[in-house]
Amino acid sequence: MLSRVADSVYWMSRYIERAENVARFIDVNYNLTLGEGNELSEQWAPLVYATGDHEAFAARYGTPTRENVLHFLAFDRENPNSILSCVSAARENARAIRETISAPMWEQINTFYLMVRKAVRQGLKVTEPNAFCEAVRQAGHTHVGITYTTMSHGEAWHFSRIGRLLERADKTSRIVDVQYFLLLPLADDVGAALDVVRWAALLRSASALEMYRRVHGRITPEKVAEFLILDPDFPRAMRFCVMRAQQSMQAITGSPPGTFRCRSEQQLGRLRAELDYTHIEDVISRGLHASIDDFQRRVNDVGAAIHDDFFRLPAPEPAASPTQLQA
Amino acid sequence: MHRSMSAYDEMFLGPGVPRPVCAQFVDRLAAIPAEELHRRQQAAEHDLANMGITFNVYGHEDGAEKVWPFDIVPRIIDGAEWARIEAGLKQRVEALNLFLGDIYNEQRILQDKAIPPELIESAQTLRPQMRGFRPPAGVWCHISGVDLVRDGDGSIYVLEDNLRCPSGVSYVIENREIMKRTFAQIFEGMSVVPVEEYPEQLLAMLLQCAPQRAEHPTAVVLTPGIYNSAYFEHTFLAQQMGVELVQGTDLTVKDNFVYMRTTQGLQRVDVIYRRIDDDFLDPKHFRSDSCLGVAGLLDAYRAGNVTLANAPGTGVADDKAVYAYVPQIIKYYLDAEPILANVPTYVCADPQQCAYVTANLDKLVVKPTNESGGYGILMGPQASAGERAQYVDLIRANPRNYIAQPMLQLSTVPTLSGGEMQPRHVDLRPFVLCGKEIYVMPGGLTRVALREGSMVVNSSQGGGSKDTWVLRPGGRHGAGRGGEGAAARREAVPHA
Repeated sequence: MLSRVADSVYWMSRYIERAENVARFIDVNYNLTLGEGNELSEQWAPLVYATGDHEAFAARYGTPTRENVLHFLAFDRENPNSILSCVSAARENARAIRETISAPMWEQINTFYLMVRKAVRQGLKVTEPNAFCEAVRQAGHTHVGITYTTMSHGEAWHFSRIGRLLERADKTSRIVDVQYFLLLPLADDVGAALDVVRWAALLRSASALEMYRRVHGRITPEKVAEFLILDPDFPRAMRFCVMRAQQSMQAITGSPPGTFRCRSEQQLGRLRAELDYTHIEDVISRGLHASIDDFQRRVNDVGAAIHDDFFRLPAPEPAASPTQLQA
Repeated sequence: MHRSMSAYDEMFLGPGVPRPVCAQFVDRLAAIPAEELHRRQQAAEHDLANMGITFNVYGHEDGAEKVWPFDIVPRIIDGAEWARIEAGLKQRVEALNLFLGDIYNEQRILQDKAIPPELIESAQTLRPQMRGFRPPAGVWCHISGVDLVRDGDGSIYVLEDNLRCPSGVSYVIENREIMKRTFAQIFEGMSVVPVEEYPEQLLAMLLQCAPQRAEHPTAVVLTPGIYNSAYFEHTFLAQQMGVELVQGTDLTVKDNFVYMRTTQGLQRVDVIYRRIDDDFLDPKHFRSDSCLGVAGLLDAYRAGNVTLANAPGTGVADDKAVYAYVPQIIKYYLDAEPILANVPTYVCADPQQCAYVTANLDKLVVKPTNESGGYGILMGPQASAGERAQYVDLIRANPRNYIAQPMLQLSTVPTLSGGEMQPRHVDLRPFVLCGKEIYVMPGGLTRVALREGSMVVNSSQGGGSKDTWVLRPGGRHGAGRGGEGAAARREAVPHA
């Protein structure tokens, strides 16, 4: 397939996944701040931190409030990672490869975009972002379903799956990181009862509560971390994402298991092997934040290697034209 | 040519009296209450927005995309009349294709003075790079869009030929799709000739015209990119044919072969349906500042290693001054009378005709010879004295650049406007494919001026579109399959 098309199909699904995850961020934080007089009621700064865009936010908005954070994350055109920007970018990528994706996929992304644009025009009620976040999440799921059922599971499909899974792994890691930062000090307070409601909300933000209960039963911070980082079967767990991304990578390169032909394949394989043989105690003893930081960096490296191995056009004869990287 | 002020209505003979070919449709339409029609019009518009059927308007906000404007009342053409139009279009395209081959090679028509040689020599669209070249299968204008209008007396005239990158065919197919979605029961049992085989015909034609050495040729569609006004169409055609949609940066030329850059390395390309103008095709040979094209593409083409559809240089045959001589061109190459008439045209390059034009600007429409899309046109009867005086100067400064035609009274078709049916002016662009045979898509793109009295049908200027129905001869009593259209399609058209 064309390198440019592979690039677009990868970013199309990455941006959809990103939009869905930003909606999840907003939703969980909103739920966490409900309830009177609690310590978390105005914790909006960590949410911006979770997206990694705190510097851009501070420069333009100053002090985080519920209102400006929601606007920044949902509808800000200047923020390249807002839901609006992500869905627009996904649609632009889809538009560039309309001939490669199925007609139902295009129609769904297009109506998704029209829905978000309508919400922007009507102005999000900052007091009630839930309905909008739910609609975004639903559209994200629909995209995955339509892609699975209407697109041939060939090379383009595998690129789209890798894009989605790398994005999801990164975003789950951010949710875990930030919410631990918020919740763990409270849990460590001498005599403080574990705030089950809040931990359950964290799991719910990854749609993980029911699946967690079936595996681990009662909620403990360590088990929650184990589930979201290392579970091999839960589709939003970081390890699951890396495992399946590696599968798709093998389908694209055709390399036998345990071997690699290019840098992206090598890095993804190493990351996967490491997660396969990691115990949650290793993570905790190293420090959760440090472990997750390292994970995010390595996911970024895989993304950069994929770009170099598959998307970067071989330099044209006379002079190389600079290609623009999406991020 | 008819001069009265009343336009020819294609659906009604008089108030409440439908033309015979439209009677069945008008009956059915009358059974639908006005509010239901309105609801369906909205449903159609909703579908178009959701399907992302758009066109780009340069300088428009909101991503520059606008939803394709569509009116749910179809335009109906009698199958018997269509058979004559189809034969006329085939004749015209066949002659123009022979003309192009002659102009870039022997130039017999110029030596025989069947048309003025200086007209060709002075055409800006003549590409000296193509001299002495013979394209694969002898085809120059693979895809043509020939604009037709119906004047007040009901007869059809050719308004202009588009032999470069005519667009609009995707909207014909999508309009039909939308009609079926929103108006299913009106459709049922009507013998509307299908348009959906166009992509199949297009692909077959492109592969037929591949360089001979290519055993399993690979075809692609070359687009300038997502900001081009016809980008939707480029993606649509690539998708329907199942071929790659490429941009200039996806292609590279090595040892006079064209390749596309894929995740598995370079892959050879044999046929390029290019939707980029000649000027931007190859920075090495045409405009050096083009970043849309591919350096060396013309060398690969001239070496016979890749097919370009359409061939570079076809613009010389749709120059509006050359258009005036198409009847002579048809006679010269085919020894036949033209089936479809031209609009009477005054060529300003001829001093006598020029004198007439400058003296009668208030009755004429003046057009630049080398523009399309309605640019630079003077509507004489509606222009101010100052504007006309300005055009007299323009024409005298460069007579070769102008032609003039009488103002036509375009025919009308009932169109939904403010909840009721109103006559609105229409034109028609049929699409013609020229490969080893010539294929004419049944019907074509009907554009409609949505404002009352307006004759401007361009979608960027308030124009809309309609589904165009060619009804099979015999109507509801069913001529069945293999009617006029299919039979005509089987004729083989020889090429020089």
